[in-house]
Amino acid sequence: MARAHVTTTINGDVVDFLCEADQTLLSALRDELRMTGTKEGCGTGDCGACSVTIDGRLVCSCLVLAVEVEGKAIDTIEGMADGENLHPLQKKFLEHAALQCGICTPGILIAARSLLERNPDPSETEIRYWLAGNLCRCTGYHKIVEAVLDAAREMRS
Amino acid sequence: MKPPPFKYHDPRTVAETVELLARNENAKILAGGQSLMPMLNMRYVQPDHVIDINRVEGLSYIREAGGRLEIGAMTRQREIEYADLVARRAPIVREAILNVGHRQTRNRGTLGGSLSHLDPAAELPLVSAALEATVHVQGPKGKRDIAMAEFPAGYMSPSIELDEMVIGVTLPVWPDGHGYGFVEFSRRHGDFAIVAAAVLLDVEAGGKIKRASVTVGGVGPSPVRCRDAEKALTGEKGAEAAFRAAAETCRTIDAMEDVYAPAWYRQHLATVMTRRAMVAAFGRAANAR
Repeated sequence: MARAHVTTTINGDVVDFLCEADQTLLSALRDELRMTGTKEGCGTGDCGACSVTIDGRLVCSCLVLAVEVEGKAIDTIEGMADGENLHPLQKKFLEHAALQCGICTPGILIAARSLLERNPDPSETEIRYWLAGNLCRCTGYHKIVEAVLDAAREMRS
Repeated sequence: MKPPPFKYHDPRTVAETVELLARNENAKILAGGQSLMPMLNMRYVQPDHVIDINRVEGLSYIREAGGRLEIGAMTRQREIEYADLVARRAPIVREAILNVGHRQTRNRGTLGGSLSHLDPAAELPLVSAALEATVHVQGPKGKRDIAMAEFPAGYMSPSIELDEMVIGVTLPVWPDGHGYGFVEFSRRHGDFAIVAAAVLLDVEAGGKIKRASVTVGGVGPSPVRCRDAEKALTGEKGAEAAFRAAAETCRTIDAMEDVYAPAWYRQHLATVMTRRAMVAAFGRAANAR
């Protein structure tokens, strides 16, 4: 079967790629574009490890077909730091040790950034509700929530 | 976790979509994909054709017409969550939607998709049944309307033909100041409920319940209207014992059994969830005080 041709903007750059019609966005990012920062956890939309944004909306890339993103703008973890300069959320995750094994971290960072773009001053409850679609089996979430609160504080000042 | 191979179609109109459905065997419609994609990834379903309706125009809207809310099949759950019109005119829908999945899935998932998938514990079929929605479907022979009470044909099976698709939903609106309550019990927030309850109460001046709607999800194979509870509530004035007695009628609903919960437990939860939803609904009714 002919491969599909998809044109998108990924982290601000226009990107063309070929993929199978039955390939998920997650699989296209990882296997076709070699952008392996986005992780696969469950493949069923429960864990959020594959979180990216499509036109600014947070989604699970395992639950979107790659052919569906034709003409859309995708943001992934690879676009979060500016060269060597980490995003405030990334810095605060390091400072607060808000990760252990790290497999959930790219998804949580993308989800947290998506929250702070809409709500620069979230309460702890709002952070926990927004991040409810991202599972972490190591930290117990407390340090993640603290890191997001701290990053929000810094980004506001 | 990769979908099985299939042929992909991306029609631009409803007519084209139903034509594809009629022409291709073993075809599945891809709406928001938040149920179908997991099933494809797990290979629970192996369709030969996937018909992506994300580029079909005119299926995403929320509007008020003739005292009813009309919502397009492809309206994302997120749009419903943030719509002022929904919060004002059908606040129970907003309350229910806050229990649907999580941020990521609500950004993609659609109303039409949830109704077509028809999970027995899903929130949107439940509030659609509570509000006595009408589901609009279209096939090669044209459009037809199905009352939500008639929409489920059985477990996860809507009563639509293989070449028909859901195009929209009309929700009757309750009077301003009506009470509403949506309560669910699930193992984790965002999971499908084990049992969920939706209650609507129209309370007249003086605090008497004029009309009640009580519906449970997760108990039967599709949402169950609790007519005995509704009858028991009508004419009551919000006494705790009255809510308890009305909720108790839900213990005899024919209940499903699975690895998560035996039938008696679902029946028990139905009494607890409906009582809580009744108390919440009454507390919110403008005339309750």
